[in-house]
Amino acid sequence: MTIVEASPQSPQRNPLPLTPPRLPQWAAYLVGLLALCASGLLTMLAGWGIAAFVALAAVVFIVAYPLWALGVEGRRGATDRLMTSLVWSTFGVAVIPLAWLLWTVVSNGAPEINKDFLTFDMRNVVGDDQGGIYHAIIGTLLVTAAAAIISVPVGLFCAIYLVEYGKGKRLARWVTFLVDVMTGIPSIVAGLFALALFVLIFGPEIRLGFGGSVALSLLMIPIVVRSTEEMLRLVPDDLREASYALGIPKWRTILKVVLPTSLGGIITGVMLATARVIGETAPLLVVAGKTDSVNFNLFDERMTTLPVYIYYSFTQPGSVPFDAPPGTEAPGIARAWGAALVLIFIVMALNLIARLIGRIFAVKKG
Amino acid sequence: MSATTEAEPQASPPRARGDRIFAGLSRGAGIAILVALAAVFVFLAIEGVPGISKPASNYRPLDSFVPYVGRLLFGTIFAGLIALVIAVPFALGIALFISHYAPRALAAPVAYVIDLLAAVPSVVFGLWGARVLGHYLVPAHRWLDDHLGFIPFFKGPASVTGKTVLTAGVVLAIMILPIITAICREIFAQAPRLNEEAALALGATKWEMVRLSVFPYARSGMVSAIMLGLGRALGETMAVAMVISASPVYTLNMISNTNPATIASNIASSFAEATPDKLAVLIATGLVLFVFTFGVNFAARAIVTRSERKFER
Repeated sequence: MTIVEASPQSPQRNPLPLTPPRLPQWAAYLVGLLALCASGLLTMLAGWGIAAFVALAAVVFIVAYPLWALGVEGRRGATDRLMTSLVWSTFGVAVIPLAWLLWTVVSNGAPEINKDFLTFDMRNVVGDDQGGIYHAIIGTLLVTAAAAIISVPVGLFCAIYLVEYGKGKRLARWVTFLVDVMTGIPSIVAGLFALALFVLIFGPEIRLGFGGSVALSLLMIPIVVRSTEEMLRLVPDDLREASYALGIPKWRTILKVVLPTSLGGIITGVMLATARVIGETAPLLVVAGKTDSVNFNLFDERMTTLPVYIYYSFTQPGSVPFDAPPGTEAPGIARAWGAALVLIFIVMALNLIARLIGRIFAVKKG
Repeated sequence: MSATTEAEPQASPPRARGDRIFAGLSRGAGIAILVALAAVFVFLAIEGVPGISKPASNYRPLDSFVPYVGRLLFGTIFAGLIALVIAVPFALGIALFISHYAPRALAAPVAYVIDLLAAVPSVVFGLWGARVLGHYLVPAHRWLDDHLGFIPFFKGPASVTGKTVLTAGVVLAIMILPIITAICREIFAQAPRLNEEAALALGATKWEMVRLSVFPYARSGMVSAIMLGLGRALGETMAVAMVISASPVYTLNMISNTNPATIASNIASSFAEATPDKLAVLIATGLVLFVFTFGVNFAARAIVTRSERKFER
């Protein structure tokens, strides 16, 4: 107390401000508004579209805002404002392709979707007759289901090994590392691998749906392992130790305590992995081939899947009917958009359901 | 001291048979993955190695394997680099946005939207790139030709369809954006909070804080994220195969109608009418692609693992 009182205090304030000058809080809004106005004026005068308007406004903002800051705050403040606006704009730009793509697929694909499109196949479909994607939907579901049946047990057990048995072992370190590397295998290489495998066994003309499943499972296993591993690590050790303390062997602990606790997360991971491989084209193009009719047998003959159907509808769209008005698209293109919409719908539905399940059954920590 | 160590109870009880089976199964699954990875290499080699010395007609428009795969590899790397140049600034920006700049209410939805981008199937990206994006990029091609034509990359003549390696690169960039963003975002978020606050307390602006305390910490992670993105771009098939009609050529010109094919797109587009000889050639190029991407991914993951260990200490 005495020290404080003893310290010399000058009665008048220091004329120099303690903080450097700064732009007011509303500066960004003001500049944004002005940028919009300026850009809007120019756009109206020159008659440009909405895209040019937004782009111009963004550019005006990114230039004007740091310039103002340069005048008031100096170089450092200006750099900071510039980077902040750039970071914000990257986010804006990144949303554009997603929105644009989804909108294009929906607007081009929606007119195609009807009951016949979903229940017809492409056998003997000529020109712009009503064709359908039934065979492709069946193919996609069967191939992906078989891939999941292969990948889930392998991936699950591998994750159990990594978390429960392999702690600190050299094999476990290598498996972890190579699983990470495996996530980067190009999908077409997986397809060529499956093709090479089956060609070696059955001869060069072999194409079968199951080959596609093998290729897809090669892509799917690493994703399942990674997500399951993360989920198993979230299970608190207290639970395991409580179970051991009751004299329960390790495998029953895993089966009855660890797996049920993390089940929601594991299902989420598996569904996300399925959503990831269900849209794979290249491996199926290579090993499952293409056919116009429905094939329920995974182990015999070619099998069309949705992505491959889209690809072939795009590359071989058929010819425009000669009596059609000029500018009409070839019939295959419209079918490709329709199938793309169905495929995106399936993938997004899987994603949403997976995330819902993940949220509902999240591992409770502590 | 010695008395206490002797008194330690037996560390592991006798293992039940179920336990042995379970341990064996899970260990087997781990080994199966290693075997699968080795099998990819072995089977591709068995079917592909004969493809190195087939009759010259299989390497059209060239006449032997090395120049053929050399041009394809060039195209692969070229397209991948274009994608990286476009994607990296955006990916870093978005990652920073999510980890440091966005208001909390906005960060989670943005991260989710970027993840959705990763969920879109590649064939849909290809369809969109070929039918929609290419068309809209034609003016950009013309502009590049007119104003930057002196740079070899934009020598032209500009394509009027927009089906060029530049368009393919843009599509690839959009496709690899999510993976780079996801990894960078996690690494940025892990940057030590105390360092950040210390920087701010010393009067650093937000950007200076990021530059001084986030980037140095995240450097190796950023490098490996970029390499993983490159690995993804190198192996991507459909987007390239659908956007450009390409041939194995060396060209730096990104905006003309003559485009370098990538290994993956070449396989996809010449696969349907391939003879058994040609098939072997294609599998051989696939083997080259596998080895190359494996190398890139291996290096990237090694960097991540090493830096993780460094920070664990």
